[in-house]
Amino acid sequence: MSQTDIRVGGAQAPPTPGHTSRPWWTSRRRDQLAGYLFIAPQLLGSLLFVLLPLVLVVWYSLHEWNVLAGTFDFVGADNYTALADDPNLGPVLRATGLFSVGLVVFNLALALLLAVLLNQKLRGTTVFRTIFFSPVVVSLVAWTIVWGFLLQDNGGVNGLLDTIGVDGPNWLRGEGSAMLSVIVVQVFKNVGLNMVLFLAAMQGVPAELYEAAEVDGASRMRQFWRITVPLISPTILLTSIITVVGSLQVFAQIAVLTQGGPGTSTTVLVYYLYQQAFQFHHFGYGATLSILLFGIVLALTVLQWQMRKRWVFHES
Amino acid sequence: MSRDLSPRTKLVLYGVLLVLAIPFVFPTWWMVTSSLKPVADIFAFPPQLLPVHPQLDAYQRVFELQPFGRQYLNSLYIALVVTVGTLAVSALSGYAFARIRFRGQNVLFLVVLAGLLIPSEVTIVPLFQMFFKLGLIDTHWPLILVPILGAPSVLATFIMRQFFISLPGELEEAARVDGLGRFATFWKVALPLSRPALGAVGIFTFLHSWNLYLEPIVFLSTPEKFTLPQALTQFVDAYGGPMWNVQLAAASLTALPVLVVFVIAQKQFVEGLAHTGLKG
Repeated sequence: MSQTDIRVGGAQAPPTPGHTSRPWWTSRRRDQLAGYLFIAPQLLGSLLFVLLPLVLVVWYSLHEWNVLAGTFDFVGADNYTALADDPNLGPVLRATGLFSVGLVVFNLALALLLAVLLNQKLRGTTVFRTIFFSPVVVSLVAWTIVWGFLLQDNGGVNGLLDTIGVDGPNWLRGEGSAMLSVIVVQVFKNVGLNMVLFLAAMQGVPAELYEAAEVDGASRMRQFWRITVPLISPTILLTSIITVVGSLQVFAQIAVLTQGGPGTSTTVLVYYLYQQAFQFHHFGYGATLSILLFGIVLALTVLQWQMRKRWVFHES
Repeated sequence: MSRDLSPRTKLVLYGVLLVLAIPFVFPTWWMVTSSLKPVADIFAFPPQLLPVHPQLDAYQRVFELQPFGRQYLNSLYIALVVTVGTLAVSALSGYAFARIRFRGQNVLFLVVLAGLLIPSEVTIVPLFQMFFKLGLIDTHWPLILVPILGAPSVLATFIMRQFFISLPGELEEAARVDGLGRFATFWKVALPLSRPALGAVGIFTFLHSWNLYLEPIVFLSTPEKFTLPQALTQFVDAYGGPMWNVQLAAASLTALPVLVVFVIAQKQFVEGLAHTGLKG
């Protein structure tokens, strides 16, 4: 990589003399050059591994591409009409939507609850913080495998439920319970991250505000909704954007726990894309699904960014 | 909300916290203890919270069935290279976007930021074709180059830029007046001050690489080249059913070292992420 070039480019600047023999080569120009060299790896990387593939994905989506037969034919919008007619499109979008909404709602609610609990004057909150955060550092596939084991019909979850007299379902084999399982496994994996961000934001809320509210006789619930939530709303917005975009990228959990089943009940868009492109070798159609995914991510991000104006009370 | 609580309230809060802790602690406990059980006891009823017949057979099988040591090294070295590479790339570009004035800066920043809106799942099909044309399928190059230079490092660049903007510039200006060049100023003055941000970005990047699953299963096909997440799913019997205790032993070997490091360094970990990680 151009690492060494940058070193030379940046470090070679000699002690600036008052005048140089070539007035064109000013220290300002030298500094500009340093700027370009500093960003060069990231910029070239973005062009090569982000923007070029994005252009290619549009190009591929206009072709019928059979890898096994070695054909690559221009078919115009055929892949897009095929997408509109795909009987799986409805179920896939439904599964994607259910997963995203379930994950975001459950994740943010639990993260807020945990942050509020850890923000109390209690001994030992650090221990609980460590516990709630710990799944974030556990390998995603390892965590998913363990839950797959726990959620077997005769597994640990039903074993625990049985001790309190509840007869649990075969979690990963029922349509509703499979989706619920995938969501819950993912929430416990990553809720600690949002919790820590909320906690940091809550600790930044000035204590005087609560004291004043206390004097006015406001209940704790009222203080939470009228002081805490508005003041940490920039963090809530940021975490919700990250969580929504992250929820659209879920793949390993589905691949390990349910393989998209039972039926197509947990076939989210990325898993469907993977199946079409890399299991059935329909690269053109896979590219079309990629465009759909990109469109959804873009639309949701723009939407949330717009909501910021109405929703976020206080911009930090 | 840091007011003193009555003993009764405290008791209730502890009770709630303990119940909430179960789904976070029990899986890890169950993973480790079950990996020490013989197959016959895995689904024993009532569940054995501690193994009744503890044994290490499953751990031996992990290394017999897969080149697991090799796969462990693959994951580790890829994650370390990606972390160091991402730190270098993102610190340099984050610094430049925050501190140096050059023509086209804003446009170039937007070009880079586009990566935030383009998840790597969107570009996996063309990336596969690009690396296929380069003859780099079934090598570790895609797992190293794309995270360091592509979309995953954009968030790192953004975080570093935000950090450098928040950093007072006087020290650097003094260094510049003393005749230090841009790179020397960056290397000797700004970088040592940005340790908290580098730590947060480094942790994020390591975990991201360590967790990658879609990319390895798309790009790699030889077991000797597999990474850990991919290897974990390979412990299946002749009928494709999971060999639970072997899988759980492999999962324990994957998860526990990182967990131990985290528990030891949890303060820096959590506070680093909270305070420098995603503010801005």
